[in-house]
Amino acid sequence: MTRHTLSVLVENKPGVLARVSALFSRRGFNIDSLAVGPTEHDDISRMTIVVSVEELPLEQVTKQLNKLVNVLKIVELDTSQSVQRELMLIKVKADADSRSHVLELVQLFRARCIDVAADAVTIEVTGTTDKLEAFVKVLEPFGIKELVQSGMVAIGRGARSITDRSLRALDRTA
Amino acid sequence: MTERMTGAQSLVRALEHMDVDTVFGIPGGAILPAYDPLYDSTKVRHVLVRHEQGAGHAAEGYAQATGRVGVCMATSGPGATNLVTPIADAYMDSVPIVAITGQVASGSIGTDAFQEADISGITMPITKHNFLITDPADIPRTIMEAFHIASTGRPGPVLVDISKDALQAETTFTWPPTMQLPGYRPVTRPHSKQIREAAKLIAEARRPVLYVGGGVHKAGASAELLELAELTNIPVVTTLMARGTFPDSHPQHMGMPGMHGSVSAVGALQQSDLIVGLGVRFDDRVTGQLSSFAPRAKIVHADIDPAEISKNRHADVPIVGDCKEVISDLVSTIQTSGERGDYADWWTVLNGYKATYPLGYDTFEDGSLAPQYVMERLSAIAGPDAYYVAGVGQHQMWASQFIGYEKPGTFINSGGLGTMGFAVPAAMGAKMGRPDATVWAIDGDGCFQMTNQELATCAIEGVPVKIAVINNGNLGMVRQWQALFYDERYSNTDLQTTRRIPDFVKLAEAYGCVGLRCERPEDVDATIEKAMEINDVPVVVDFVVHQDAMVWPMVAAGTSNDDIKIARDMAPKWENEDD
Repeated sequence: MTRHTLSVLVENKPGVLARVSALFSRRGFNIDSLAVGPTEHDDISRMTIVVSVEELPLEQVTKQLNKLVNVLKIVELDTSQSVQRELMLIKVKADADSRSHVLELVQLFRARCIDVAADAVTIEVTGTTDKLEAFVKVLEPFGIKELVQSGMVAIGRGARSITDRSLRALDRTA
Repeated sequence: MTERMTGAQSLVRALEHMDVDTVFGIPGGAILPAYDPLYDSTKVRHVLVRHEQGAGHAAEGYAQATGRVGVCMATSGPGATNLVTPIADAYMDSVPIVAITGQVASGSIGTDAFQEADISGITMPITKHNFLITDPADIPRTIMEAFHIASTGRPGPVLVDISKDALQAETTFTWPPTMQLPGYRPVTRPHSKQIREAAKLIAEARRPVLYVGGGVHKAGASAELLELAELTNIPVVTTLMARGTFPDSHPQHMGMPGMHGSVSAVGALQQSDLIVGLGVRFDDRVTGQLSSFAPRAKIVHADIDPAEISKNRHADVPIVGDCKEVISDLVSTIQTSGERGDYADWWTVLNGYKATYPLGYDTFEDGSLAPQYVMERLSAIAGPDAYYVAGVGQHQMWASQFIGYEKPGTFINSGGLGTMGFAVPAAMGAKMGRPDATVWAIDGDGCFQMTNQELATCAIEGVPVKIAVINNGNLGMVRQWQALFYDERYSNTDLQTTRRIPDFVKLAEAYGCVGLRCERPEDVDATIEKAMEINDVPVVVDFVVHQDAMVWPMVAAGTSNDDIKIARDMAPKWENEDD
């Protein structure tokens, strides 16, 4: 199995997320991560979907996704030709004794401390899956109280935009 | 054109603009506002069915007999959920229907209101697309979009759910609306490079087959198919969904492939070195065990739905496009190149199969009726101009095998979903779409008891369908599997309808239809002829047949097509495949 990152441009309409996620489950494909949000165009949302499948089933996934009427465009983002980021918020035990150690690690990982309490700090960190995993590992000895993580978002490197053509299609019918 | 009116009036007006002449449905609370303006429409005829499932199958029958979009209507909750089976059926067989359902008022959605069901959520996996409308201004555009999606590309069912308050509210009706479907762009023009590649493989092949499916009929490409077949001299197999798309009587026709296909059709596919799949999906009922399906064949696969190509079997030459354009492009490319394959040896093999293993059946010494004989006589008497509409099971397979189809679209049945109870309402829809044609429903006694309430609709609405009930007193196909694979342990398949519970003749009469019965071979012709003479009311013929008749040939589920049996424990002898 290999991991693939799909950027899916969809119409910003109610129920589209349900259509996409239901399609994955009924065709028997597991989603590793899914992130959805607005784009620079009000009418278009963008989903970043990470799936672990072989080449051939992946072709089925994209073909079936393309059949959804609300799906405008699907692009597979190659790891080397794109930038991928996940966001994680972590609440770690940190009292007067350990706080400076934790903050040192925050610095090392170019993370940010966003909330401080007497016996805990909350940290915001972004990066690739590998970086976040490494960060969690170094924080574990202090005691992780709570952790929340977003799905991966990704964008292609260089000047080209995958939304351009889809916008034109949308303008034609408007 | 702009006019003030209610959402309900705007719905009816939109249907009129879409040239809808028939809607099958049942009113109820949430859809009630729509039924008021429908009452006044002089263009749209509403047919009041007895069960929403009947409305859905009737819309399918109408659509398949006419090539137009079939329309059904139901209220919220149970009305809508009763449409689920026909919608799933239409999805599997790519039948263009639009289902319009009432929904509870938008303010009540999500509150578990009376007769509330999330029908757009429920039908998401079984519709090509669906809509939930809560703003009356969206009605005309959405109706136009629904018909467009249902009828273009790979056809399929579209559901439009409309909240009651949207139907009741005042709105401005504007026609024509502008469709907003930026993500919907079906490809119909095939790529010329792929066409040339396919033509090259055809010229090089020694054992090619044209594997023809429902997509060819849906594209209206029968004439082009005949031209391609005769130009190239390639044998043709027609799937269950394509019966009649290529004439059965044509010498190049090998029959139906698949689980109950002919030896010549199954053998042609298995031993081919090139399969040209046209509007097919390499369904498991055709391929048998996928890993041993046509092991030496290269595959050219043309379909309008890109997701079908290489889904089950890898395509060496994938062609995305409408079959009419694909086939006519193939014809012109082959004509221009002048290259032809030499298939003389192949024809010797295939003609050998045809001669040695024709379709056949056993007659019974006790003088009881063989169901296959009924099909043969129906075919001879009603002829190739009639429409034949089957349910699901043994009778469906016999109807496919023993009726001669010469014209595209004359065999209508539930293929992909295998919906028992399809025949009666679908025949009603077909007859309403083709009032001048003879429409024979061919049903089993099990199927018939699932939807025969629509006989009332047929009788009252003046829809004189003819229904041949092939009554073997059992859920015959299941019984056949029990006989073959479960040591003849007939668990819950004996319906005992031969005991006349119910008495189908009396049942027909109770519904205002003519009921006839036939139990002996010598009475078959006279009974069918009598049924053919009655054209003012529906006719039900109870053909009481022997319960031990089986469907042969058969490829047992999950086994290789090579292991096809022509009768119990009897396998055909294949020719040496290496010439």
